Amino acid sequence: MSQINRIDGGLIDQTKSVSFTFNGQILRGYEGDTLASALLANNKHLVGRSFKYHRPRGIVTAGSEEPNAIMEIGHGAYKEPNTRATITQLYNGLEANSQNHRGPLGFDFMAITDFFSPFLSAGFYYKTFMWPKAFWEKFYEPAIRHSAGLGKLSMLEDPDTYDKGFRYCDILIIGAGASGLSAALTAAESGARVILADEDFIMGGRLNSETNEINGMSGSEWAKQAVAKLSAMDNVTLMADTTIFGAYDHGIYGAIENRADEARADSNKPRQVNWRIYTKRTILCAGATERAIAFGNNDRPGIMMASAVRTYLNRFAVATGQSVSVYTNNDDGWQTAKDLTDKGVKVVAVIDSRSIDPVMAIEGAEIFMGTDVTDTKGRRAIKSITLSNGKTINTDTLAVSGGWNPNLHLTCHHRGIPKWNEELATFLPDSSVPVGMSVAGRAKGTMVLADAIVEGHNEGSSVAADLGFKTGDSKPATTASVAYNVSAKWGVPSGKNRAWVDYQNDVTAKDIKLANQEGFKSVEHVKRYTTLGMATDQGKTANVLAIGIMADNMDKSIEDTGTTIFRPPYNPVAMGAFAGRRRGMEFYPTRYTPSHKWSAEQNAIFVEVGMWYRSQWFPQPGETFWRDSVDREVRQTRESVGICDVTTLGKIDIKGADVSEFLNRLYVNAFAKVPVGKTRYGLMLREDGIAMDDGTTARLGENHFVMTTTTANAVSVYRHMQFCHQCLWPDLDVHMISVTEQYAQYAVAGPNSRKLLQKIVDAEHDISNEAFPYMGAGEISICGGIPARLFRISFSGELAYEIAVPTRYGDSLIRVLMEAGEEFNAIPYGTEALGAMRIEKGHAAGPELNGQTSAYDLGMGGMVSGKKDFIGYTLGLREGMQRDDRMQMVGFKPVNKGALLDAGHSMAGAHLVNLRDKPDTFTDQGWISSSIYSPIFGHYIGLGYIKGGHSRKGETVRAVDLVRGQDIEVEICSPHFYDPEGECLRV
Amino acid sequence: MIINHPLLGPRDSEEFVYLGSADLINRPTNWESEEAAEDFYQYLYIRENIAGDNRELWYHEQGDQSWLVVTRCTLTHEIKSVELAQDVSRAQGRSK
Amino acid sequence: MSKTKYSAFKVLKEALTGHKGWEPAWRDAEPKADGYDVIIVGGGGHGLATAYYLAKNHGITNIAVLEKGWIGGGNVGRNTTIIRSNYLLPGNEPFYEMSMQLWENLEQDLNYNAMVSQRGIMNLIHSDAQRDAFMRRGNAMLFADAGCEYLNKKEVKERYPFLDMDNARFPIQGALAQPRGGTVRHDAVAWGYARGASDLGVDIIQNCEVTGFNIENGKCLGVQTTKGDIKAGRVGVCVAGSSSRVMAKAGINLPIESHVLQAFVTEGLKPVMDNVITFGAGHFYCSQSDKGGLVFGGDIDAYNTYAQRGNLPVVEDVCSGGMAIMPMVGRVRLLRMWGGIMDMSMDGSPFIDKTDVQELFFNGGWCYGGFKATPASGYCYAHLLATDEPHEVATAFRLDRFRRGEMIDEKGVGAQPNLH
Repeated sequence: MSQINRIDGGLIDQTKSVSFTFNGQILRGYEGDTLASALLANNKHLVGRSFKYHRPRGIVTAGSEEPNAIMEIGHGAYKEPNTRATITQLYNGLEANSQNHRGPLGFDFMAITDFFSPFLSAGFYYKTFMWPKAFWEKFYEPAIRHSAGLGKLSMLEDPDTYDKGFRYCDILIIGAGASGLSAALTAAESGARVILADEDFIMGGRLNSETNEINGMSGSEWAKQAVAKLSAMDNVTLMADTTIFGAYDHGIYGAIENRADEARADSNKPRQVNWRIYTKRTILCAGATERAIAFGNNDRPGIMMASAVRTYLNRFAVATGQSVSVYTNNDDGWQTAKDLTDKGVKVVAVIDSRSIDPVMAIEGAEIFMGTDVTDTKGRRAIKSITLSNGKTINTDTLAVSGGWNPNLHLTCHHRGIPKWNEELATFLPDSSVPVGMSVAGRAKGTMVLADAIVEGHNEGSSVAADLGFKTGDSKPATTASVAYNVSAKWGVPSGKNRAWVDYQNDVTAKDIKLANQEGFKSVEHVKRYTTLGMATDQGKTANVLAIGIMADNMDKSIEDTGTTIFRPPYNPVAMGAFAGRRRGMEFYPTRYTPSHKWSAEQNAIFVEVGMWYRSQWFPQPGETFWRDSVDREVRQTRESVGICDVTTLGKIDIKGADVSEFLNRLYVNAFAKVPVGKTRYGLMLREDGIAMDDGTTARLGENHFVMTTTTANAVSVYRHMQFCHQCLWPDLDVHMISVTEQYAQYAVAGPNSRKLLQKIVDAEHDISNEAFPYMGAGEISICGGIPARLFRISFSGELAYEIAVPTRYGDSLIRVLMEAGEEFNAIPYGTEALGAMRIEKGHAAGPELNGQTSAYDLGMGGMVSGKKDFIGYTLGLREGMQRDDRMQMVGFKPVNKGALLDAGHSMAGAHLVNLRDKPDTFTDQGWISSSIYSPIFGHYIGLGYIKGGHSRKGETVRAVDLVRGQDIEVEICSPHFYDPEGECLRV
Repeated sequence: MIINHPLLGPRDSEEFVYLGSADLINRPTNWESEEAAEDFYQYLYIRENIAGDNRELWYHEQGDQSWLVVTRCTLTHEIKSVELAQDVSRAQGRSK
Repeated sequence: MSKTKYSAFKVLKEALTGHKGWEPAWRDAEPKADGYDVIIVGGGGHGLATAYYLAKNHGITNIAVLEKGWIGGGNVGRNTTIIRSNYLLPGNEPFYEMSMQLWENLEQDLNYNAMVSQRGIMNLIHSDAQRDAFMRRGNAMLFADAGCEYLNKKEVKERYPFLDMDNARFPIQGALAQPRGGTVRHDAVAWGYARGASDLGVDIIQNCEVTGFNIENGKCLGVQTTKGDIKAGRVGVCVAGSSSRVMAKAGINLPIESHVLQAFVTEGLKPVMDNVITFGAGHFYCSQSDKGGLVFGGDIDAYNTYAQRGNLPVVEDVCSGGMAIMPMVGRVRLLRMWGGIMDMSMDGSPFIDKTDVQELFFNGGWCYGGFKATPASGYCYAHLLATDEPHEVATAFRLDRFRRGEMIDEKGVGAQPNLH
């Protein structure tokens, strides 16, 4: 049984056979086929099961609106669920499997649900499954979830790649059918940059499916020649197999180009490209989609859209049956009967719901005017239809046309609302289209081909003229004018039989009626209550039909019933395409510090800090546990000298006559009188009085400062400073630039840090304690003339420096420092030791500067100047910001020094309660923000916040960690555990 | 969205960081007066949040670090004008 | 007034008799000439819940809910359906925990199956600092009896083998889970409350837009609407993203900006994941609906807007977040995306309060967290409207808190609404 439905001709290459499988059966089609056309050629009508009732379903359409023929394509990690067979280009080795059935497709076990359908009416689940209460999660929901859903995901990482691209044009034309091609020809002729995109893999739109003659040749041949002409023009970009999925602001369109062919041949090539198209104007020529009519049992395999029957016949050379009938409410349906008989396919009947004269003679067919189809028979394929006159007709394909709906989806993407047109019995785009968009052809409701061509032609030239291009004088193509008359037909009274409106989600005319009866009267309510239009076809064939049925139910006009609008995407888009290359390690950019290479050589453990990778610790041979390394790094730094890459701290170079005044307004403390050659610690608030960032700022010259920020806030502080300058005080003489990347910076900390540095600092720079005291700063040179900046500042609490060199010397500097430090047993230390030492010293960092704390809370109230205006001053004075019982930062140490030593975690995250209180939200006194085991003190210490903490030092409270089951007594103490007087700093 | 930068021409809004109302330029200067608390409260927290043409601050972080005042309709996203914030600030009488 | 009770038996009976006995879920009312004791402006989840609890808890039944369009057409029908009570600060956590408890009994209370599904929510942890912060949060939750569970890396991998644990830019180190968190069928919440309120006598008036307030001598006497003036003893505004527009009609500017939050759903799939998974570092959260679609979201679009639609940068950012932790979703197709207008407040926390206009009350500032708050918001707003006193779990939600310096800033990002 090989392609028994195949006839001669079509736009496929019948000399090139293509082999594929469907549910394991090997089948053949031809190059140029879609999966759907090849299945139909092989007489495979039954291709899937519906969502809810598991009804047997067949191919209904020949386009992206397909509700039924959705399948799993490929296998393993390449398996793609829910793929529409109607737009899947056939290729050798394609594997297709039907989905959503248990057991073979022909004998789906789940089809038993259809028997229970009276109980499963719209919204039935809102009314039951409530008892007993616990059964929802345990029983009902798992059962529903198991039977719901469509295709199966492979659960394996997507092996394909996706790219992003950007394109720019003057005029974007969406749809390469008759009107789109006509528009492209005149637009391109003007010299405008034109992009013409079409979702189909061959351009031409319906011309490829029809038998119309244009300019004396077949429509498809005319389209081919037009495409050839356009492709030869430098100012035209043709994008076939590309779906414009969304219209965004200011002429930005999202497009997905399918390149599956290339990706199959070469796995390095992207499967799809996500294009962002920037255009000045857009002409939407997206054509129209045929809609169904809701009559009894209208969902059997073999019941198809009349236009799809034509597409399979004319483009794919497939006769979908041997005795076809046609049911229509418009003239266009008759064309299907004509094309079939012209190609020798038997048409048994044409049924037209309108009481008019037959539109044309159809040889050998019975004609029924003013008649409807009320029922059909045939379990896995249609066998017969019953008419409203009681007559039964045997047929193997029923071609249905309920009229055409313009594809106006993109006109709604800016929430434009379409308008009802009674004559065409459909919605048309109105003036609420996105700015810059115009519509031509059948998308605009111009249903007559001859007129659509002229409209496209004129629109292309008038849009080009609007943009200032000189348009040519070419004439539109000509074709015979064929009338399109339609008379609305929504639901057919079908007695007890169900009439489907949304095939995939199994929504019937009765469901809509029930929803209306229960008070769900707006289109949105009906959609949500019945799930109509929510399936993978997004209601392309169902929505307008449903509104018609609602209007009939409620005896209202369609205008009064409502309308439907569409949101992106026009067709579903793979998540991988939106992500593009941003996945795995490329999810975020990676920033390496200047010592990264050297640190990797030392087998450092790295940690993500925002986009940076920093060394967390440097394990030595024999160290098996992270604490072994960190404790050693702390001890050795405090005993001798340690070196840490602190390049990630933000660095901002600031120059100008007013810099000191500017800093005065940014920081809570005074900066006007910082002498040249000195550094000062500064605390910066947000305007709401909450601490924003802290750091040191050095005065390198009268009008030259360099500021450091925390790593986390490097970008936002700079942005804030630019705001303050440009928006608040534009005339201050201040110029600044971020130099975070321009300087490599190392902390050299410990009692031997000066001795180490003296070995590399050039002799002319005296860095003795006298010449370069604590908080000194200066521009120096090292290693014989390498420019450097030296700051005598300390985060560790030891005698310490930070030394900065141009980044290109950063790798050398760490090597030079380590070599020079060898005699002192200098060690590198990572962020863990850095953190441990700052907690020992009581410096607030990220966990303390958490955006909820004021200068007072931090214990820095004394620094706050009352003599100047600065950002955050006024709002920092609010009563709530000054309350004595605010959460204030203090230190904590366990009463039992052995506490948590075996717990494997610190106190961080524990909440604090008074000794006798039961822990709850109302007894909660605060929390521990940072905590480490201190190798210097030999027990855990912590920083944290507790109500009124500054005046509670010495008090004992409990640190309760219910998450990890700990409850220990801790003493509130000063946060400055290590060298509280700061003597080490000044030696 | 596309923001027509007064110095650099049309740029994708992805290059920018949004802050909020351009009223944030009008930081009160009366920090020593009795009304300061109320004025700063109104300045920082209270928004017209207009459904219509909104004057708002965008920062060209992936570009020239200009702060811009963009007049943009919050119903349609149409951009009516784009100005350098420092020009706006000066025009509103701000200086040092 | 009593209506049909929903039950399996009733469904069975109707199935056998052609479903002729189903009545409208709620009465479609027109405004009463002599007005109402209380008018609720806004027929979303919060407004309908407020009316329901006013009637049920406080016996006030002469109530109208005025809705500009169709009930439930705003954020209650546009969110990602997640419920949780995993808040950090004492001003918030008891409130959200009360909401969770109301969710747990909602269906039996309303006799409406809103499919409250406590399938659990899991927040991924990627660093030591984040673990410390989550421990603080976890303890706040346990202090409030909200329940929570810490999962280490191994446990996360066992439960969710599809997560990219090691090849990821931000490797997963663990997770903080709230087993009681989950999802609810969002539309059904609005319909269930509407049905419950309507049964208790509340008038639900659709397609009735409030165009102004009748205020005399600083006292609100009623509202002007597209269906004429309606008198009211008390007016409670509850309009989420439209808060500033509506309150401006009473001359009140708010500490609120409107922003769009986009939400996304994919094509239906057979079961992939039970839980809600939140990937904070990558701006992505995801669950799977009962119909099989992956429902997910991320950050808000940064700019002020009243247009219920977003732009591509956020779409791409959110999908990248999904691919980063669940790289098997590459071939899953995004089916629909939509936007809801969020009433983003200056500290990320809401308001349930009186205003400077007598008898005019305000409920808003829910940011992107309004859905999970629906029952407690209605409960507490009803309490305030009925008793003049804030409910004990909602005492912090005052409009004047910024004037006083009493912010409830969970994220600590300050007075910039789009960062909350």
